[in-house]
Amino acid sequence: MPELKLVSKNFEYDDQPDIKSAMSRGAYQQWKRVLSEKIPPEDIIEEVKTAKLRGQGGAGFPAGVKWGFVPKDSPKPKYLCVNADEGEPGTFKDRALLEKDPHQLLEGIAITCYAVGIHTAFIYMRGEFYEPQRIVQDAIDQAKKEGLLGENISGSGFNLEVIIHMGAGAYICGEETALLNSLEGGKGWPRLKPPFPALVGAFNCPTVINNVETISGVPHILRMGGEEFAKIGTEKDGGTKLFGVSGHAAKPGLYELPMGTSLKELIYDHAGGVRDGKGLKAVIPGGSSTPILKPDELDIPLEFEAMMDAGTMLGSGAAVVLDETVSIPQVFMVMSRFYAHESCGQCTPCREGCTWVYKTAKKIAEGNGQPSDLDLILDIAPMFNGTTVCPLGAALAAPAVAMVEKFRDEFLKLMKN
Amino acid sequence: MRTLSDSTRQQAQALMEMYPTKEAAMLPVLHLAQKEFGLIDDEAEQVVAEVMGISPVSVRETSRFYFMYHHHPVGKYHLQVCQNISCTIMGAETILDHIKRRLGIEAEERTEDGLFSVERVECIACCDRGPAMLVNDKLHTGLTPDKIDGIIKESDPERKLDHMQSEGNKE
Repeated sequence: MPELKLVSKNFEYDDQPDIKSAMSRGAYQQWKRVLSEKIPPEDIIEEVKTAKLRGQGGAGFPAGVKWGFVPKDSPKPKYLCVNADEGEPGTFKDRALLEKDPHQLLEGIAITCYAVGIHTAFIYMRGEFYEPQRIVQDAIDQAKKEGLLGENISGSGFNLEVIIHMGAGAYICGEETALLNSLEGGKGWPRLKPPFPALVGAFNCPTVINNVETISGVPHILRMGGEEFAKIGTEKDGGTKLFGVSGHAAKPGLYELPMGTSLKELIYDHAGGVRDGKGLKAVIPGGSSTPILKPDELDIPLEFEAMMDAGTMLGSGAAVVLDETVSIPQVFMVMSRFYAHESCGQCTPCREGCTWVYKTAKKIAEGNGQPSDLDLILDIAPMFNGTTVCPLGAALAAPAVAMVEKFRDEFLKLMKN
Repeated sequence: MRTLSDSTRQQAQALMEMYPTKEAAMLPVLHLAQKEFGLIDDEAEQVVAEVMGISPVSVRETSRFYFMYHHHPVGKYHLQVCQNISCTIMGAETILDHIKRRLGIEAEERTEDGLFSVERVECIACCDRGPAMLVNDKLHTGLTPDKIDGIIKESDPERKLDHMQSEGNKE
């Protein structure tokens, strides 16, 4: 399938962060229409449900359904948290959305808040996003000046404050309830669910949490209509997704494609295959938390269910291309080091399990492993997969098992007999 | 005991009033304090607790959880080199080795003159342009040994690089 640009439509224009330029290309038109036509909020939620827009941060939960869980007549204030804590290794799409089209995100935020009855939105941005912070803050200031955010927007009586909250370096804060604790000033420990954030979220109030890409898609749903948006994708996954390709691809970068495009097409037709005429060893398809695929396993549609059926995950849609020169044991060591480093320490199985896998992986990568180490990894991985408050442990367990099982021979070659 | 400047105190106050609870201003206030003090050590935690009117142990619990709060002094130029998968397979280890050799320090160390420090960090979300690093708040991508030399020279024009042999140049 050819590229189909919705959220990345205006990435090519350097002046897109300037509100006048963005508006000349249609920014805020849907937001203005919502206000001038007084579109009922529940109609917007229905439209987003019809569009089959799914959470683009990795979990794939239908956005409209999530919004529908928020009580309509809550006596407490409600909040929107935009998850811009992009940290899944391999993923760089939200940085681009923040830097290249901040007004698209702000329009999505405004429409979402109007639909759910929210007057304060937080953008939780990872602490290392210095440049995105500057650009988005500038965009917020411009939008306020234009009367598109702030108090009594366009005389509608609707108020909306948008606040950027900078994190401070912790992958776990991309998990939505850890994000809430971090927003509230605490350490980023995930919370037990239920209660779900839609009922008890930020500051104990009903809260919608969506990824940057999910919210950036909202203005396009209103522009096209939910049905047209849904038609682009597959039966269950509406619209497009911004796929990232990194590593040894000939043309690394972002490609916006209809949901359901095959992974093989993404790697070969769009990203140009492997660079320098080298052979392909493997692809990590959707961020480092997703199980690795061998070259003969790439003919899968990029949609949430099909990827699960293939034993992996769509994740954040960030593919890492590994050429034939790559050492899988080394990648395994780097990957497990990350989870051991980022485990928040709350749950023993994850804290100990990830560290144990990393130590074993390091030993193997340094040439001191034994075949029984591989069985040890396969043995302990299920112990921290699904036995903890959040899925961080599972995010190492599943890819660890896949790497060991699919590349056992390569691991064994590194070992002394 | 150190104190925060009046303008930082005012910013902290404004942040505490902006959020639904004053505790929510903790991360931004710690960022402000680090900007002013250069690090968040025991004393800085005490100052933040006093300014925010919350217990020092709450401040400590938060400040020690997040990797971006430094508890030891870092250099005027703090090099944060990505060591995750995409950057690693594009040569991040070579880049890190080159930096260490050029500066004569190990990762997580600071040069004696206090100008440079090096830290290995996890994915910084620019995987298609690796190897990548942040120098303070500025992102550098597509790193090569030559680019590293340029960045070091630009930060410290007086620094002599010639006598420090680098693997990258030997070849």
